Amino acid sequence: MTTVTPYRSTAHEARDGFGQLLHAEWTKFRTVRGWVAGMIVAALVTAGLGVFVARAAIPTCSSQTSSGQQGPVQHGAACGGPIYARGPGGVLVQDEFYFVRQPLAGNGSITVRVTSLTGLGRGTDNGRPVGAIAVPWSKAGIIVKDGTSLGSAYAAMMVTGGNGVRMQWNYTGDTSGLSGAVSAASPRWLRLTRDGDTITGYDSADGTHWTHVGTVALAGLPPTVQAGLFVTSPQHSTYSSSLGVGNGFNSPTASTAVFDHVSRTGTWPARTWTGDDVDPEDLQVAPGSVGYHQVAGRFTVAGSGDIAPLIAGPLNHGPNITVRDFLLGTFAGLIAVAVVAAMFMTAEYRRGLIRTTLAASPNRGRVLAAKAIVIGSAAFVTGLAAAAGAVLIATHIADSAGADVFPEPWPTELRIIAGTAALIAVAAVLTLAIATMVRRSATAILIMIVIIVIPDVLSAPPGIPAGVTDWLLRVTPAAAFALQQPAPQYYQVLANYIPSSGFYPLAPWTGFAVLCAWTAVALAAAAYLLRRRDA
Amino acid sequence: MTQPAAGLSRARYRGRARYGRETLRAEWTKLRTVASTGWLLLGTVALTVAVSVAADAAATCPSGGCQADPARLSLTGVQAGQAIVAVIAVLAISGEYSTGMIRITLTAMPRRLTVLAAKAALVAVLVLAAGAVAVLASVLAGRLMLPGHGFIAANGYPPLSLGDGPVLRAVTGSVLYLVLIALLSLGVATAVREPAVAIGLVLGLLYVFPVVTSVVGNQHWQRHLEQIGPMTAGLYIQATAGLRSLPLTPWQGLGVLALWAAGALVIGALVFRFRDA
Repeated sequence: MTTVTPYRSTAHEARDGFGQLLHAEWTKFRTVRGWVAGMIVAALVTAGLGVFVARAAIPTCSSQTSSGQQGPVQHGAACGGPIYARGPGGVLVQDEFYFVRQPLAGNGSITVRVTSLTGLGRGTDNGRPVGAIAVPWSKAGIIVKDGTSLGSAYAAMMVTGGNGVRMQWNYTGDTSGLSGAVSAASPRWLRLTRDGDTITGYDSADGTHWTHVGTVALAGLPPTVQAGLFVTSPQHSTYSSSLGVGNGFNSPTASTAVFDHVSRTGTWPARTWTGDDVDPEDLQVAPGSVGYHQVAGRFTVAGSGDIAPLIAGPLNHGPNITVRDFLLGTFAGLIAVAVVAAMFMTAEYRRGLIRTTLAASPNRGRVLAAKAIVIGSAAFVTGLAAAAGAVLIATHIADSAGADVFPEPWPTELRIIAGTAALIAVAAVLTLAIATMVRRSATAILIMIVIIVIPDVLSAPPGIPAGVTDWLLRVTPAAAFALQQPAPQYYQVLANYIPSSGFYPLAPWTGFAVLCAWTAVALAAAAYLLRRRDA
Repeated sequence: MTQPAAGLSRARYRGRARYGRETLRAEWTKLRTVASTGWLLLGTVALTVAVSVAADAAATCPSGGCQADPARLSLTGVQAGQAIVAVIAVLAISGEYSTGMIRITLTAMPRRLTVLAAKAALVAVLVLAAGAVAVLASVLAGRLMLPGHGFIAANGYPPLSLGDGPVLRAVTGSVLYLVLIALLSLGVATAVREPAVAIGLVLGLLYVFPVVTSVVGNQHWQRHLEQIGPMTAGLYIQATAGLRSLPLTPWQGLGVLALWAAGALVIGALVFRFRDA
């Protein structure tokens, strides 16, 4: 009579907490050499393409003008090209207008009446003249400015060609006053008063009933400032894609305005008005097209240029290399990460490991969550290394070669780098969810490439009509590439705001939210299918 | 004396021909009975036509004329459709590795190069058929839609017609372009085996050139990159206007892609021939 004792394992009972599950998935990930290699390749390809762009994007001094592009030819500063002016806040600005001025010592005010603003019809659109209508953001009015050095602080009241009365200050500030066009029948009265650092703007339709438009503080305004009348007229920008190549037509324009009823209070030590073009080297029209003459209190002033931030991008007038260009390898890194993410799930099915995985951890939703966290974190680290490497190395190369790179404030640069990493991480999770649904890596990669990579790739060269890429970059997960937008879009500056110049239809975090929404839906569907289907 | 030798070689030739036919039939059965092939071919047509139609709908030519290439515009979808074509070709070979089928295939048909040739021929024919449908439908859509967007004879754009030499070249060339993309993908997939990696490699290779070219300011680099890129050079075949400004002629461009495809197939064939399955 022997009693048979059933076998009992002497191993400690293992806990099946989420921590253990994460550890198990992490072990699976890091022990497959090909996957770790894939992540390293992703980072190297992204950073490598960034370095390549930094080397190849630097223009040679001789061959520059691209077909159809008129206006200023952009060289690096090293080639004796333009040295860009910087406004108060560090933004690159254009500071080009005709200024009829006198110094104003201490506090005071200036008031004028504007009776007309017309274009000189010098600009062309696809070779056709623009006509005598002033371009929408041509500007004529009064300005108080911290001297005449380029990029100095200012505040101005103005009538515009198509946007009514505006008050603008320090290049990026803008607020609206009276609407409607100016004419002899409906003139506009403008007033600026200075009180220390504070400038206040008023407008009026009749010279007696005044409306407050805005008050701005110009930090560090010296006791004596330059104040007077100004006229300027920005480039007429049109964009067309032809022969698979985008052409930006930036043709210069000039405008003329008529002022009268000029009155001043305060101390104006100079007896006479001085008229000059603020930045004659940047003047795009014939010098004879700008100037002023005064007949018995009636001033006729003609000017060309703009007082506005420069806009980045190859079809605009700012430096055409931006930090975003250094990250154009993102799509290649994204493909490599997606391949790893898809195989992270499909390899389980192919090798039959999924049965072991689900036997060890029967809660299938938790398995998916653990996998998503592991692949998302690995992809984030990869993306961060790739983006930071690309931006830092490429910026260094471009700087030491003297190429003009559109400058970024550090929060924008941080958003671009961290945003790229977040984009790659969430896209990896999305691919994992798709792979869980379709179970085959080839199909998962195909879907991922069609919904994320192709919309991004189609928007890079300016050959596809902007309407298509605009739409694709709103609804597909590729909307998240908006995180790489290098510069804000200014409604008061007309330019080629198209994806190939780095301007996306959605705001950066809104675009990212689109990707996150896709991912959330895909994860939910994947969890449902994983639970309901036999493994 | 020479008579029997000639007979022998004729018999061997006949045997080879039959072997080839049977390999072809076996591969055709495999390709035809996998559900994904049909869906992917359908997807190629749908995606190509959809993107082309979207491009037509977004294009405008204001009165007074514009600089545009309506044939190329109406074939925009090829740039997206090629992704699915690549997947069809990749799955034709690496699908066998995923399932272990390749060992049965090579046991039954030990002449590996014949197997690869049969696969290449069948994939080419399938893509040729689907590509022809997709490209013709895209051009038809362009013919119907573009006049409504200002591409009219008054602006210098008569309706797209296959009777027009350059348009015919763009259309037949686009179909051949898709076939060459399929062969390139087949070569890469034969070499790397893993389907996801093969697709990633092929599409990375295709798209990296247009993306990099778009930001390269240096024109010397730009032309060189466009000339050697399989997608950028291959798509010159779609150009019907401004041929002077292209770095290569349309057929030379397609030739560059053909070189890429041939190179990938040769590498794939060598690896396939000398590596354990």
